[in-house]
Amino acid sequence: MLIAPQLSYALLAPILIVLGGALLGVLVEAVMKKGSRAAIQTTIALGTLVLAFAFLWRIHGQTSKTAAVNSVAIDGVGIFIQGTILILSFIAILFIADTDNFAAQASAVPGSEDERAAVQAGKQQTEIFPLTLFAVSGMLLFPVASDLITLFVALEVLSLPLYLMAGLSRRRRLLSQEAALKYFLLGAFSSAFFLFGAAFLYGYSGSMTLDGIASAISANAANDVFLLIGIVFLSVGLLFKIGAVPFHSWTPDVYQGAPTPITGFMAACTKIAAMGATLRIFYVAFSPAEWQWKPIILTIAILTMVVGGVAAIAQRDVKRMLAFSSIAHAGFLLAAVLALNTSGLKGALFYLATYGFTTLGAFGVITLVRDSSGEVTDLNRWVGLGKKSPLTASIFTLFLLSFAGIPLTSGFIAKFSLFTGAYETGNTVVVVVGVLTSAITAFFYLRVVVMLFFTDPKSDSVTVVIPSIMTRIAIAVCAIVTIVLGVAPSLLLNTAQTFATFIR
Amino acid sequence: MSLVTVLELVPLLGVLGLFALPKGSTTLIKQFAIGVSVVDLVIAILMALRFDRGNSAMQFVESRNWISSFGIKYAVGIDGIALVLILMTTVLVPIVLLAGWNESENGRWSPRVYYALILVLETMMVGVFAATDVFLFYVIFEAMLIPVYFLIGGYGRGERAQAAMKFLLYSLLGGLLMLAAVIGTYVIATNQIGSTFDVTALSSLHIDSATENLLFLGFFIAFAIKAPLWPLHTWLPTAAKSATPATSVLLLGVLDKVGTYGMIRFCIALFPHAAHTFTPAIIVLSLISILYGAFLAIGQRDINGLIAFTSISHFGFITLGIFAMTSQGLTGASLYMVNHGFSTAALFLVAGWMVSRRGSSTIEDFGGLQRVTPVMAWSFFIAGMSALALPGLSSFVSEFLVLVGTFTRYPIPAIIGTTGIVLAALYVLLTVQRSLHGPTTPGNESLTDLNLREKIAIAPVIAILVIFGFFPKPITDVLNPASHEVMTHAGYEDPQPKAGK
Repeated sequence: MLIAPQLSYALLAPILIVLGGALLGVLVEAVMKKGSRAAIQTTIALGTLVLAFAFLWRIHGQTSKTAAVNSVAIDGVGIFIQGTILILSFIAILFIADTDNFAAQASAVPGSEDERAAVQAGKQQTEIFPLTLFAVSGMLLFPVASDLITLFVALEVLSLPLYLMAGLSRRRRLLSQEAALKYFLLGAFSSAFFLFGAAFLYGYSGSMTLDGIASAISANAANDVFLLIGIVFLSVGLLFKIGAVPFHSWTPDVYQGAPTPITGFMAACTKIAAMGATLRIFYVAFSPAEWQWKPIILTIAILTMVVGGVAAIAQRDVKRMLAFSSIAHAGFLLAAVLALNTSGLKGALFYLATYGFTTLGAFGVITLVRDSSGEVTDLNRWVGLGKKSPLTASIFTLFLLSFAGIPLTSGFIAKFSLFTGAYETGNTVVVVVGVLTSAITAFFYLRVVVMLFFTDPKSDSVTVVIPSIMTRIAIAVCAIVTIVLGVAPSLLLNTAQTFATFIR
Repeated sequence: MSLVTVLELVPLLGVLGLFALPKGSTTLIKQFAIGVSVVDLVIAILMALRFDRGNSAMQFVESRNWISSFGIKYAVGIDGIALVLILMTTVLVPIVLLAGWNESENGRWSPRVYYALILVLETMMVGVFAATDVFLFYVIFEAMLIPVYFLIGGYGRGERAQAAMKFLLYSLLGGLLMLAAVIGTYVIATNQIGSTFDVTALSSLHIDSATENLLFLGFFIAFAIKAPLWPLHTWLPTAAKSATPATSVLLLGVLDKVGTYGMIRFCIALFPHAAHTFTPAIIVLSLISILYGAFLAIGQRDINGLIAFTSISHFGFITLGIFAMTSQGLTGASLYMVNHGFSTAALFLVAGWMVSRRGSSTIEDFGGLQRVTPVMAWSFFIAGMSALALPGLSSFVSEFLVLVGTFTRYPIPAIIGTTGIVLAALYVLLTVQRSLHGPTTPGNESLTDLNLREKIAIAPVIAILVIFGFFPKPITDVLNPASHEVMTHAGYEDPQPKAGK
């Protein structure tokens, strides 16, 4: 008799709901009139995320934690990361809903007659909403997937929509399309590496599950070369997604070219999902082989921090600068991979959550600074913004201070808890390099503060647009979270502590 | 709630009050801010009166959980050293606000912001001296940079943005090294006695000596940047030249003391063995600072730069006194911190008035001020005499104690240090001669003397310099038990003077 596999729908519900919402969004595109789509899509997207979060809330205390025949592990870390991604996506949707940012008709050639007509007709690509939801569903699956095939599927589900979304910018479309193509090509490349590594790991261990790989390593089963090749190639795929050096070169171009709300979404949510998966793979599958991979990851972590920090100094474009800063932050986060202990995990979870809010908020502010032809990302033209619009400049400064890890912002507590975890298992080098690169990163964040506040505005047409109510709420939430978690982080830290467990 | 907490809260509430005041009433804002700082001063005096001098333990303690998962507490408490520094802070704030009545008006932002920044800074200055939780100390130590950064960058003169940046980067670098050391100490504590940042608990750790040395250096470099010790001092002259007089006073008079205070409270208390190991090196650096600061002060043409370099020399003395590892030396160093605070305040404030009247900060542009503006000239003269530690002014007592305390353990450094006094006489007297005496430099004939507000502001500072010069006992009585406690805890006994022949 054939027994149907046990799927545990309750545990998969958040992922399935988001997928369902995405499909509903596609249907809306097919049947609804152009004019009413944006509002409906926004409602569906937000509603889906809230519903998914509600279902996630229902399972957060549950004990039976594997689903879909052990290929998904809904454990503490998984739930924490899924929750974080859902909340941050909600905020990201609020930015995305400010639809002035997306191409009128993506299929029209930039600068063509078609495009002009589409703009004049007030068209808007509302497909961005279902695409976002598809990406979110992949992001929800990626950090909880516990076998190599599910991991790869999740990776593709989260990446493919992003490639498309990166190319949908309303202005400077060529730059945006170039970014999308670059992201796609390099992303496909890294996926191939990931798959290649997965094949070797299977060859080594005879198992597709992370648990099986771990037991194979512990039993010292087979040819170590296969294991090493497997670890290295799988890591390439993961490190590409989190933007670690030397797989970072796409980051500045894509961050710069993509529509700013999408950049924020990518910088926050993709990094969290990819980091979640990386942590799971290294903690669950690779931890018995730590002596083999630790030197590699240590080198990459140091390189990532230093290159991100130093290269950011030379940037003149605010989005590129934040891209390099996100690279440096990826380096800090790798300290948690090296830590291999609960406090490192706790630190990483806290770091990811706070970093997500700060990043979204910072990119949200960037969408507001404009001139007649759209967003202004050239830092030299941000000069004196503090005089024109003190509130916006102050909020942006707050985000920068948090990135720099100044006390009384969430970024400081995050850095502290992360480095504490790494130090506990003797990773002194990464901690020292980490604090020193923090000083380097502080330099370019502060340079922006100098430009905003201490330099006189030029007679320039740069203005801060009055944000829509949704954007306003989203930025306010990010700013408040950044301060509150800097002053009273206990609640989130304790939550992270409770959730900092993997099941095997 | 401890009085210390009240002392911290009052300025913060004052900031809220400032923003509740109606728009466009600059005078009201100024009066309100001064009022708040005076209230704080009164509370501080009350606290000092209730302070038990005979008791060497922490007093006015308060401890509340803050971030429980790391064992971080909001924990404050003061001993004699912290008390006098807090008193100095609360005395200086109303004085600089009164003295710099018009400073807030040429800034980048409104006067309201200026006074809010100063009041926030006051909260932090009190908090940083009172913190007995290392994490709390670190947070305030770093967060304090932000208001100062905006005060220099927003209200300063000349290349203010660059000066502010240099100041902040230097301090951040030191702070981050200290962060690594804080984390290291915390992890060791977690392994040995559980998660805690309590400074007393941490001082009982057993740390192997290599680690201890590194942790010590993490703390020490941060503090040596803050209380600038050669070769980490270069940010100070730039900052002092660009900041307003009030900011300079708070920066050099109070904030830099956090560095020397931190050396006492953390470097020596937490890592006594490492402190012992590094003492020779630190004493050499102190001596270099004393001489280097003095020589560069002699060569300075800018009056604010001069004061900055004299301060570097004085910080050398303070560090020397601390690392002499005798209780006289430590009492002398602590007293020196207070006296330096007041004498620098007098110098910067009077220099600030001279500069704003003359429109130039070059020493040669002054001359013959004694005839034109006698009160201002006398004030500058007394402040200068205090800087060269003239007997009868308070700095003399502290410099004497530092040198005596050093001599009992390290005679040769004490002798070298003494040459610093000679050099001090040189740079002060030269400046006094150039700026106050001699023929009146053209352009100075019509300068006005201090007005009533300025006289009221400078009078208490001069009074303190003179009174504690003749009668330092109230302060030394408070300091002695605390210094003794620190040294005993670190395992040092004062060397017994050899019997005379």
